[in-house]
Amino acid sequence: MLKGHLPLWEVFVRGRRGLDHKHIGSLHASDAGQAMKSARDTYTRRQEGVSIWVVRAEDIHASQFENDASFFDPAEDKVYRHPTFYEVPEELKL
Amino acid sequence: MNKNHYRYVLRLGDNALILGQRMTEWCGHSPLLEEDIAMANCALDHVGRARLLLSYAAELEGEGRSEDDLAFVRSDREFENFLLCELPIGDYAFTMARQYLLDTYHYHLFTELVSSSDETLSAIAQKAIKETTYHMDRSRDWVLRLGDGSEESHERMQVALEGMWNYTEELFERDPVDVQMIAEAIGPDPEWLHSKWQADINATIKKATLSVPEKKWSLSGGRNGLHTEAMGHLLSEMQHLQRTYPGLSW
Amino acid sequence: MIFTDEQGQFDAIIEAEEKIEPRDWMPEKYRLNLVRQMSQHAHSEVVGQLPEGNWIGRAPTLRRKAILLSKVQDEAGHGLYLYSAAETLGVSREEMMNDLLIGKAKYASIFNYPTLTWADVGAIGWLVDGAAIVNQISLCRTSYGPYARAMVKICKEESFHMRQGYEIMQVLACGSAAQKAMAQDALNRWWWPTLMMFGPHDSESANSQQSMKWKIKRQSNDELRQKFVDQTVKQADHLGLAIPDQDLKWNEERGHYDFGPIDWEEFARVVKGGGLCNDARLEARRTANDEGQWVKDALMSYAEKHSKSDVDQVA
Repeated sequence: MLKGHLPLWEVFVRGRRGLDHKHIGSLHASDAGQAMKSARDTYTRRQEGVSIWVVRAEDIHASQFENDASFFDPAEDKVYRHPTFYEVPEELKL
Repeated sequence: MNKNHYRYVLRLGDNALILGQRMTEWCGHSPLLEEDIAMANCALDHVGRARLLLSYAAELEGEGRSEDDLAFVRSDREFENFLLCELPIGDYAFTMARQYLLDTYHYHLFTELVSSSDETLSAIAQKAIKETTYHMDRSRDWVLRLGDGSEESHERMQVALEGMWNYTEELFERDPVDVQMIAEAIGPDPEWLHSKWQADINATIKKATLSVPEKKWSLSGGRNGLHTEAMGHLLSEMQHLQRTYPGLSW
Repeated sequence: MIFTDEQGQFDAIIEAEEKIEPRDWMPEKYRLNLVRQMSQHAHSEVVGQLPEGNWIGRAPTLRRKAILLSKVQDEAGHGLYLYSAAETLGVSREEMMNDLLIGKAKYASIFNYPTLTWADVGAIGWLVDGAAIVNQISLCRTSYGPYARAMVKICKEESFHMRQGYEIMQVLACGSAAQKAMAQDALNRWWWPTLMMFGPHDSESANSQQSMKWKIKRQSNDELRQKFVDQTVKQADHLGLAIPDQDLKWNEERGHYDFGPIDWEEFARVVKGGGLCNDARLEARRTANDEGQWVKDALMSYAEKHSKSDVDQVA
């Protein structure tokens, strides 16, 4: 790491109770404590959140674009996973 | 009008206003973009607090003045803030060291003011204590990081503390205003605040691998309108428009 | 749909109005074009703190001080969102910042004009932010996902910026003769530079064509400029202030306002460094950056010493 370059952190915010944490942006900070406070000051200025996660960007593993076809396309023909696939009597409201 | 009550609230308002004014000077010039945002948040809390306190002071005074009259058309001899609040911002070590000393002071002060017999002041303190708890947490983080960071930052932080130490005793002076406020259960005893403050500050300074400076002199006077030379310049900037165009709406 | 080639898949995503995301394959020129535009946008937000920041200390009331401070703080925030979005393209904030400081990267030229009176704060909010919003609303539909998301967030937050500026102008326009003159003077000085913000005419704009094709830009410079003029004329009328353009008049046939020629020589001069504040703006950013170095070094030294304990505390 270059000296004096602060690492990148990804920020996730829970908008209100009952919702998931959602990715909201990123920032630079030297450690988790600083990242947490900067996240609070940067991303919840308008009461956007009730809970914050910060994660070092380099700790996130992402699926690779080249694998998209083999990763995601095979789910395409599994129509029987969806309720609309089945024919049942309308009036029963199953 | 209860003159002492007015002055007590006015002093609280002046501390918030003058420190807030200093904090805004970092806007756009902070060492990190993240700090531009964070410092502005804290400055906004201070300006907001100044508005509440000065409005209330004006109400206690009962002469029909507003928060803006108190902020923009008093002379420096009529401002009663601590000298520590008005000192120029210096480097980031000086700024964060001052924030920490004053945040810790305000933390203990507002904790006490929550149970003030003055209901308005108590309500303001209830709001302020939430803000201040965060401010103190943040500035303490910075004292630790710069104190126990690099050799250069350690040196800068120590120099900063030395440079402001002579101004700290003013925070805990007790004059007739304070005596009456203690008697009426409106405000806490500064001496009591001092012991709380000193314990916190000592612990943080030690943890930051810094040393508590030796106090050589006690420099004070702000609470009686005797200020440093920096104050006149601060006011000439802050009051520029209201002085140039008296009595207009903005 | 199966694409044998990456370019085909990229083109199909653009065609389908879907978003390109960070790890997708993209043409190198698309990436570079985005880095240029997004970093320029980010720099504009960050440098844009300075002209208005010039008046925070002198704001005439405590209410105005709080509003202006929170507004300028938003600019810093928006700069941060945009740097973050640009960083997903594999360029670091330091690299972008460095390009700004050595004069390689540009920022909105309007910030090289000085803020001389309090009315300038109003005029910037009303006109400059008004123009920025026109541009940014259009960019909410840009083809690069992180950029589009940042723009949506920024547009939401910026909605108060223009209103606070217009409110300042309203108070001045209804105020004393000196205040009204101050407001008119500000409009006179900021009007033309604001029109220049949209960039050169479509016929002269080299980057625009390709950007439109890639759906990075969604509307042309001239379309956006026209939209801004059309919406601003009645706002000026309402204030009782005169837009400094004798050629400005409603064109029934076009359904738009016609307006006079823009001084592109002035534009070019200020872009190249000949504005009153070019040097001061860059110098301010340079100082902040240089002064920031010992702070960053200290933070990293501390983090190395305390890497374990602090992470635990947060969890």
